[in-house]
Amino acid sequence: MPSKQEIFEKIKTSLVDALGVDEDEVKPEATLVGDLGAESIDFLDIVFRLEKAFNIKVPRGELFPEDILTNPDYVKDGKVTPEGLVQLRKRMPFANLDPFAANPNVKDFGNLLTVEDMVRYVVSKVGAS
Amino acid sequence: MRWIWIDKFIEFDSRKQAKAIKNISLAEEHLHDHFPGFPVMPNSLITEGLAQTGGLLVGEANNFEEKVILAKIPKAVFHFPAVPGDTLLYTATLLDLNDNGAMVSATSHVGDRLQAEMEIVFAHLADDGGRSRNLFEPKNFVFTMKLLGVFDVGRSSDGSKLKEPPGLAKMRDGEK
Repeated sequence: MPSKQEIFEKIKTSLVDALGVDEDEVKPEATLVGDLGAESIDFLDIVFRLEKAFNIKVPRGELFPEDILTNPDYVKDGKVTPEGLVQLRKRMPFANLDPFAANPNVKDFGNLLTVEDMVRYVVSKVGAS
Repeated sequence: MRWIWIDKFIEFDSRKQAKAIKNISLAEEHLHDHFPGFPVMPNSLITEGLAQTGGLLVGEANNFEEKVILAKIPKAVFHFPAVPGDTLLYTATLLDLNDNGAMVSATSHVGDRLQAEMEIVFAHLADDGGRSRNLFEPKNFVFTMKLLGVFDVGRSSDGSKLKEPPGLAKMRDGEK
């Protein structure tokens, strides 16, 4: 079983390759969109790299729950509804959604995910020592 | 000008790898316009040729039921310029394929020399029910693939000879 540090290092390599950022920019607290400049199409690239690096499958919507954020049942007036937040927490137990929940503007969601969240996501898939 | 940047396929292993060639001729206008007086094949068009080789590999993997678009090129390295008289051998290898798209690694060789190498990410475009449907009709791809000889050299993933995607005959009959 890999250590958390090994998982972080592999994620760092994936993000450096996918986003063209410097290694020292990839810190645990860095957000993918705001700090590392990821755009929507980059997430597809990142998913391929994570799948290869960890030999895992990342089902559609698991890491980036676009379906919830575009579902009119869960979004009203540009904000995620309480039911939508329940769905997000269920889908993304690896992410800290509390800051987002305080003011759940859909447009701010993209800037939520951090490198540390990704480490937790991979740990949830492969375990860690 | 037709937007076809490969001349023909020489190998096509479904869901694995495709090889195509592009012969560079001094008669091609763009060679003269790129760097006047120094005719080279523009790297952007080599990229396009590699993307067409890989794009058809990705499209065929799902019988052209997905609309495949070039999404991103995370890495591209060109080692030397390709010049008139060169035959570029394009090799596209499918690294990963899922519901959302595909990752392909692609190389261009002149003889044994590695001329260019890149990674290409393709995305499957969601069906908007409108304009994209017309742009991505399977018959357009199949027509191009026939022209490029894919069905002459192609092998499906079980090793048998590659056949035209099912439904094409129906589509053709429907047009009559």
